[in-house]
Amino acid sequence: MQLKNIFKFNGGVHPNENKKISTRLPITKLPIPKKIVLPLRQHVGHVAKLKVKPGDHVLKGQMIAEADGNVSASIHAPTSGKVLKISEEIIPHPSGLADFCVTIKPDFKDTWIEKKPIPWKKLDSAQLIRALLQSGIVGLGGAVFPTHMKFKINQNQAINTLVINAAECEPFITCDDMFMRERADEIIQGTLISQTLLLAKECVIGIEDNKVEAYEALKKAAQGTSIQIKVVPTLYPSGDAKRLIYLLMGLEVPKEKRSIDLGIQVFNVATVAAIYRYLELGEPSISRVITITGTVKTPRNYEVLFGTPLSELISDAGGSSNKTKKFIMGGPMMGFDLPSIHVPVTKAMNCVIESSPELFPAPKPVMPCIRCARCADACPVSLQPQELYWFSKSSQLEKAKDYNLFDCIECGCCTYVCPSNIPLVQFYRYAKSEIISQDKAKEAADTARERNEFRLTRIEREKKERAERHAQKALGAQEQKANDEKKSTIAAAMERVKQTQQENIKN
Amino acid sequence: MITAILVMIFLAVLLGLVLGYSAIKFKVDGDPMVARIDAILPQTQCGQCGYPGCKPYATAIAKGEADINQCPPGGDTGARALAELMGVEFKPLNEDHGIQKPKSVALIDEATCIGCTLCIQACPVDAILGAAKQMHTIIISECTGCELCLPPCPVDCISMEPVVENSESWKWKYPIYNIQKTQKA
Repeated sequence: MQLKNIFKFNGGVHPNENKKISTRLPITKLPIPKKIVLPLRQHVGHVAKLKVKPGDHVLKGQMIAEADGNVSASIHAPTSGKVLKISEEIIPHPSGLADFCVTIKPDFKDTWIEKKPIPWKKLDSAQLIRALLQSGIVGLGGAVFPTHMKFKINQNQAINTLVINAAECEPFITCDDMFMRERADEIIQGTLISQTLLLAKECVIGIEDNKVEAYEALKKAAQGTSIQIKVVPTLYPSGDAKRLIYLLMGLEVPKEKRSIDLGIQVFNVATVAAIYRYLELGEPSISRVITITGTVKTPRNYEVLFGTPLSELISDAGGSSNKTKKFIMGGPMMGFDLPSIHVPVTKAMNCVIESSPELFPAPKPVMPCIRCARCADACPVSLQPQELYWFSKSSQLEKAKDYNLFDCIECGCCTYVCPSNIPLVQFYRYAKSEIISQDKAKEAADTARERNEFRLTRIEREKKERAERHAQKALGAQEQKANDEKKSTIAAAMERVKQTQQENIKN
Repeated sequence: MITAILVMIFLAVLLGLVLGYSAIKFKVDGDPMVARIDAILPQTQCGQCGYPGCKPYATAIAKGEADINQCPPGGDTGARALAELMGVEFKPLNEDHGIQKPKSVALIDEATCIGCTLCIQACPVDAILGAAKQMHTIIISECTGCELCLPPCPVDCISMEPVVENSESWKWKYPIYNIQKTQKA
């Protein structure tokens, strides 16, 4: 392993890795659970459209909810069984709120639906995107962005480089590490397929130097291919896509641009393996590898069907060894506390850490900001976290936006180094979601204004039309009246003529 | 001397032409102040301010006829924004016009609705769908929660339902944390 041609980004931190505790045992397949709860919102974008109803029998790999529109992903039954109910259940989300879920009672036969591998070599780009829309594959690194969207190639900018993100920089998480050690072939196959599909000239896998076994496995699997494997130093957050691009190529993705605008596309290792499984084997996305670690009795990695209750996973890992019953989803830097252990495993769940006061001591009392700017030194995006903190704290949202609040990746480096123990990222999250909700409210107000104005013009128009109709009617009536008068005058004249004539005759 | 006068006259004519041209070319239609005030107002169109909509209220504020604290849906935040825009002292919401309520949307009990269309005529943003003697329903995404459809309903089948937070509309809250206890000297 050599560190060559690496471009170091600003800041970053190196917390205690704690990765070795969960890599001692191989990836284990968890048995089919007693019930499966599948949230309809497991990805970025629109909620999937339901395709089953309670009482239906579903087969393993059958689509139970269809992607709604382009920015959405399908959901498949992870095993065969009967749909029990569609109800609101607690989902693994920082809000702790309930959302619509499909509950399946497995029949333990695990009968596959007919697998249909995709003849991807013969498909054009549009057909392929449509096929991947059916796959349910989303970014498995944790961002859960629908993968088919990433194959949409910009007309003006061809893809030059495909970057495979194997950095896995957050402490405790080892699911990608174990995946690479055991299934390097699948990853390389998926990488080659993705490279062909994107018409990318070169392909680089970026891996941190603390994953020696995984590196060796990948190197062996990639022999004879043009895939480069580049080792990057272990420094959090090297696994952030834009940081990894900088590390590997020295290119900075400009503000409000995406890596695709520079001709670079990034996939996570587990995602490319899922692409391989779908296109070559016809298996949609129904399971993932997840790390369960922290103070559980046997920390390890499991291959788990989506929708498996987390509690089953915890009890299989030997159960908790303390009474706190506090579980973190994701890593210790960016993760959040789970609302309950009865939440289902979702596509976004890469790691669950059982927390304990020894492992993660309660936050120390917060002290005032002393303007030491250590946070600015640690910020990998080169922001001014202290300024963002002051503006967010005093709810000066416009100012925070001007200081590029939305470029913050919420990596938590600033919070980690802050000597005053200020929960900086929490302030940024608050400010961001406040700005987003204000923008939404503004949009709604604009629509309301437009609709109100339209209604007023419509009423005005209708009034005018009615007035015109009335005027016309009145005009008609007047003419009628005039006509009648004329007629009666004529009739009277005729009468007089008749009378005169008669008188004349008499005389 | 004459040169100086000529230069001054020339300049005066030139600048006059420029100003005259810009007055025609860059003329702004309508009162820009009304539009800026209207942009702050929440567009509920509820009429609680005493004017028949947000725009008439904005016009009244711009003319100096109305106060800045008559909009209950905008609340204190709205009044503060208006005060800043108008350059006047902030005043808390005048409760004669109503109190700020959490955002709600109307809900028609479709079993009770007789299809009289009275609510459709009352809705300021055309958010009610229906026809004579046909069941009516609210287009939730367009409803501003103005409550104007409640009084005309002859069978009282419309109720206001507060908008509940779901995992999509959920917001991160303002952080709450412990601070160091001061030690007694």
